[in-house]
Amino acid sequence: MTTETLARTTPEEAAIEDLIACPHCDALYLAQMPAKGGRAVCSHCHTVLIAPRTKAGKKMIALTLTVMILVVAALFFPFLDINAGGIGNSTSILDAASSFRSGYMVFLSFLVAAAIIFVPLLRTVLILYVLIPVVRDRPALPHARRAFRLSQELKPWAMAEVFAIGCAVALVKVQDLAHIGFGPAFWMFSALVILVLINDNFLCTWSVWKSLELEND
Amino acid sequence: MVCMEIARAGKRLTARDAGLVACRRCARVWPMGQARCGRCGSHLESRDARSLQKVWAWWIAGVIAYIPANLYPMLKTNTLVSHTENTIIGGAVELAHHGSFGVAAIILIASVLIPVGKFLAIAFLAIGARRGSSVPPRTRTHMFEIVEFIGRWSMIDVFVVAILSSLVQLSVVASIQPGPAAMTFALSVICTMLSAQAFDPRLIWDAVRRQQPRKTS
Repeated sequence: MTTETLARTTPEEAAIEDLIACPHCDALYLAQMPAKGGRAVCSHCHTVLIAPRTKAGKKMIALTLTVMILVVAALFFPFLDINAGGIGNSTSILDAASSFRSGYMVFLSFLVAAAIIFVPLLRTVLILYVLIPVVRDRPALPHARRAFRLSQELKPWAMAEVFAIGCAVALVKVQDLAHIGFGPAFWMFSALVILVLINDNFLCTWSVWKSLELEND
Repeated sequence: MVCMEIARAGKRLTARDAGLVACRRCARVWPMGQARCGRCGSHLESRDARSLQKVWAWWIAGVIAYIPANLYPMLKTNTLVSHTENTIIGGAVELAHHGSFGVAAIILIASVLIPVGKFLAIAFLAIGARRGSSVPPRTRTHMFEIVEFIGRWSMIDVFVVAILSSLVQLSVVASIQPGPAAMTFALSVICTMLSAQAFDPRLIWDAVRRQQPRKTS
C-alpha cells in the first residue's frame, strides 16, 4: 500500500479511537500497529509515534525489577571512600544527597535525593504496577492510567544516570587531594545507569496506553 | 511509514483541522472542546494559548538564577595550607591547569555551553513560533527534542558538589563545603527544564501552515 491510496481516508470514515495525532506537530493519522521491531514515524516531523518490541512487557518488567533491587542496594552500601594523611571517610548515596545541610541549602538536599533516589524508585514501582497486569492479560489495576501518566511526567526528573557521570567528574577533581576507592555501591550504580537507559528505550508508551484503554472499556 | 495519513481534498490534516483535539501525552484524539483526555487524564488543549507566556516566564527566571550561579563560588575547599573558593568557570580553569582537560571540558560543556545554548535555543523557538522563521520546521522540532533531552544533564555540576562535600570531610586535612552558587545553579536548571516543557511544539508547525496554507507535498 502506498501513501497515495492511504491519503484518501477522510476523518469521517475513521473511528475516533483509531486515530493518532503526532504530539509534536498535530498531524493526524489512522493508527496501525507496525510489525514487531518496526516503527511508525510521523511523516511531517519524523517523531516516532509507535515502536513496539517483541516481548517488550516481560523485558521491561525484568529490567525494572533489576533497577529497583540495584537502587535499594546502592543506597545502603558505601559508595566511595577517601583516604588522605591517615584520615579516611566513606560516603553512601544517602550521604551525598544530604550533604547540603546549612539553612536554605537543605532544599537542595531534598532535590538531589529526589532526583537520584526517590523519583527513579517511584517510577519503577509505577511501571511495574501498570505493566504486570498488562503482560499477564489481567484487567488493569485501579488507577493504572493515573499511575502510568505520573511515571511519564516524572521521566525528565529521574537523574540517576546524570549522577553517575557526576561521580566520575568528582573522582577526577579530588584525585590529587586524596586517594579514592570505589565501594560496592559504585559498581551497582554503574550497572543501574545502563539498565535505566535500556529500559527507557524499550517502552513504547502508545502501546501501553492502547492496552490500558482496552482493559478498562 | 505504517500509519495511514489522514487527508481531506489532498491536503494533510492536523487534528485541529479535523475538529479534534489531540492529547500531547498519549496521542489519543478527542472531539474539540473536551477538557480532559479520557484515556490518560491529561489536560487537553488544542493549542495552549498561554504556552509562550509560560515559556518566557520560566526562561527569564532561569536566566536571572544563572547570573549569581556564575558569580558566587560553587565549592569552598579547605586544606591544611589553603582555603580556596571556586566558581564554575574558575573550577574548570583550575582542572585544565592540572592537566585534566577532559573533565574540564565536561564541566564547561555541562555548566556553561549547555545552559547558555538552551537559553538561546528556547528563545529562538519561542520567537520562531510567533513570527515564523527561515529554519525548516522539522529542524526546529528536532531542536526542541534535543533541548528537552539535554536539559537534565546540566545538573551534573550540582551532583559533583553534593558528592564532593559529603565525601571530602577529613577534619583538618581537607574539607569541601558547597557554595551558594550550587543552589542558584540548580534553580536555573529547573527553570529552564520547566520552560522547555511549557513550549508547545505544535506552534512551530502552525506558524508554517499559516504562511503557506496551500502548499501540499
